[in-house]
Amino acid sequence: MHRTGSLYGQFKTLEQQKDSASLGMWIFLVTEVMFFGGIMLAYTINRHTYFHAFAMGSNTLSLQLGGFNTVVLLASSFTMAMAVWSAQSGKKRLIPIFLTLTIALGFIFFGVKYIEYAQKFHHHLIPGRSFDITYCVNNAEKCEDISAKDMDIEREEIAKAQAADPDLNSHAQLYYSAYFGMTGLHALHMVIGAGLLLWLLHGSLAGRFTPEWNTPVDIVGLYWHFVDIVWIFLFPLLYLIDRHK
Amino acid sequence: MPKKHYLNATYGIRSWLLTTDHKRIALLYLISVTFFFFIGGFFAMMIRLHLLTPNGYLLSADTYNRMFTMHGVAMIFFFLIPSIPAVMGNFLIPLMIGAKDLAFPKINLLSWYVYVVGAAFTLYSMVTGGLDTGWTFYTPLSTVYSNSAVAPAVIGIFITGFSSILTGLNFLVTIHTMRAPGMTWFRMPLFVWAHYATSVVMILGTPVVAITLALAGMERLFGLGFFNPAMGGDPILFQHLFWFYSHPAVYIMILPAMGVISELIPTFARKQLFGYHFVAAASLAIAVIGFLVWTHHMFLTGQSTYAALAFSFLTFLVAIPSAVKTFNWTATLFGGSISFDTPMLYAFGFLGLFLIGGLTGLFLGCLGTDIHVHDTYFVVAHFHYIMVGGAIMGYLGGLHFWWPKITGRMYPEWLARGAAVVLFVGFNLTFFPQFLIGYLGMPRRYHVYPPEFQVYNVMSTMGASILAIGYLLPMTYLAWSAFYGKVAGDNPWPATGLEWKTPSPPPTENFEVTPVVTWEAYDFHNRPDLGLDVPSHPAVAPTHGHD
Repeated sequence: MHRTGSLYGQFKTLEQQKDSASLGMWIFLVTEVMFFGGIMLAYTINRHTYFHAFAMGSNTLSLQLGGFNTVVLLASSFTMAMAVWSAQSGKKRLIPIFLTLTIALGFIFFGVKYIEYAQKFHHHLIPGRSFDITYCVNNAEKCEDISAKDMDIEREEIAKAQAADPDLNSHAQLYYSAYFGMTGLHALHMVIGAGLLLWLLHGSLAGRFTPEWNTPVDIVGLYWHFVDIVWIFLFPLLYLIDRHK
Repeated sequence: MPKKHYLNATYGIRSWLLTTDHKRIALLYLISVTFFFFIGGFFAMMIRLHLLTPNGYLLSADTYNRMFTMHGVAMIFFFLIPSIPAVMGNFLIPLMIGAKDLAFPKINLLSWYVYVVGAAFTLYSMVTGGLDTGWTFYTPLSTVYSNSAVAPAVIGIFITGFSSILTGLNFLVTIHTMRAPGMTWFRMPLFVWAHYATSVVMILGTPVVAITLALAGMERLFGLGFFNPAMGGDPILFQHLFWFYSHPAVYIMILPAMGVISELIPTFARKQLFGYHFVAAASLAIAVIGFLVWTHHMFLTGQSTYAALAFSFLTFLVAIPSAVKTFNWTATLFGGSISFDTPMLYAFGFLGLFLIGGLTGLFLGCLGTDIHVHDTYFVVAHFHYIMVGGAIMGYLGGLHFWWPKITGRMYPEWLARGAAVVLFVGFNLTFFPQFLIGYLGMPRRYHVYPPEFQVYNVMSTMGASILAIGYLLPMTYLAWSAFYGKVAGDNPWPATGLEWKTPSPPPTENFEVTPVVTWEAYDFHNRPDLGLDVPSHPAVAPTHGHD
């Protein structure tokens, strides 16, 4: 019965119901900030202590793929905002279209992330016994996706970094742990978000969201934007260390 | 008793396991936290029995490590943190503010299931080798070296954290948006204020311990490195992150108990609470300052002396709001017409024990003395005075006080008073000697000790046995009285809160008509409906203007 937008028993007015739902979502987002805050603190301290290793680790990521994914997520925030706008202004036909676009962009992000993660396995960049930050430099033939010119720069960089930090290989594992921890948790949030979007899509196809009642679209929108903002922080933190030359 | 109430509105196991009624969910929580209380109590008994003799014949050293770890894990994460909020807060907050339910009844039910799933993981860890890291999970012991079942326990506590987050979120939204007409912020019972402050701590602290345990779990399971010294990581960072939650978690345990005491004392002194606004503000102050004291657990980790100085100062600061509350409770007693019903006995117990626990906390916050008593039984005694003497006294006091509302029936009063005294004696006999051996230098968490400490340990174990009886008694007669007790009536004490204006047990929708509040909290003087013989003008404490 609530699905048609009527009132739950514990509330007196629709307005009270909507206020409660958005307040609840905002409070949830506060907990999310604290959650990501913890891992970002660990990242910051380790990066401060082992800057060379973190810069080296960052240099082994693909700026193209990361940048592309950033654009994809920003675009998905736009389509999500459009879905919320359609729901609020009563454009019932547009809601599922924008939701589908948002989901599609989310899946493009996953696809690119998959390519990136797979590369890390091939490049010996998974923390553990076989981790080797110099692997690609020493085995260029096995890292075809990195151009020869990039490789030269990297060789130079690594020599410099190793001079500054003799235990570079250990410390670079801290960087890659932060990388997998942060992007992994972010991806997990996106999976949950995609599930919520599919649920909204189902509701919007049944025509449930009206200008009077569109709270689910609204608060899932908040969540989705939050997950995007997390990426807006992760991208420079992980991909853009010491890339200014 | 009313013919139809929340307990008999519907029947069958499904009507309980799929309920969205906050009162039924509170009872689900009551059963689950009691279960964990007895599991934790069993581990405690094993510890105490082992320590009867200096060489400890009962358990091996490894088993002893597991016993105290699992005692801590069961009691803190699965009993103390959910106890008052998830049982009494759940049951009472909507009733106290005149709402039909919490803002999100389904999320409330979800929080219980999340708790159960987390509990299942932790129980799995307990029966498949146990856990020997201490409840603090310090790395690299927990991530690299421990051979016990750390991973399922960490996963279980991580999951259970979300139950606490969801409960806190539900309370905050409910208190903001669901108050009945006339229930202004400063007419709310202080129990609700205490839960508001508790919820803020749950919201801001719990996600931090969640990520901390997630990072430790990723280290252990996937070989990633965040704190691992082999990769250059810093185990001290784990301690900072852990205590950033786990110190405020102490306030998750004690603030709700303080809320209970703030209800009991005016009711059984027949007097408006002295300094209502200060007690409400003190709850918030504790929640805020409580986030700024965490490194007082780490004075001996080699942190900067200047940082330690600042944290020591902040630790003294957080004692002030607690003291404000204690003074206000005592001032309320002055000139009151005091009765010694069971809940009030628990309230008195709380006052004395919390005083000792709180003041010894200042010894520990003091840099010089902390170096001497750090990691000794002095610390163990201190936090048991807060958590058992404070939180559990509050929990049991509240349980007795609202038992007639929850079940519609009275517990046997004289038996209950006797049990409260047994508990008080048993508690002090268990933990006071621990202050002494701690001060004399007996370290905590050791499975053997020098023979000169034996007499204190024997006293402590004796006390623990008495304490066990003190817990089994209420457990038994409360369960009995739920079915066979004398019918209580709507307001047996009588007390002033909205929850007493509805039948006992309440109907599923709490109130037949939404109540309109026209009186201040604990105002016995202007409540002719209570049928009390009190003058209509306040005798000592003046009421003052409210928004």
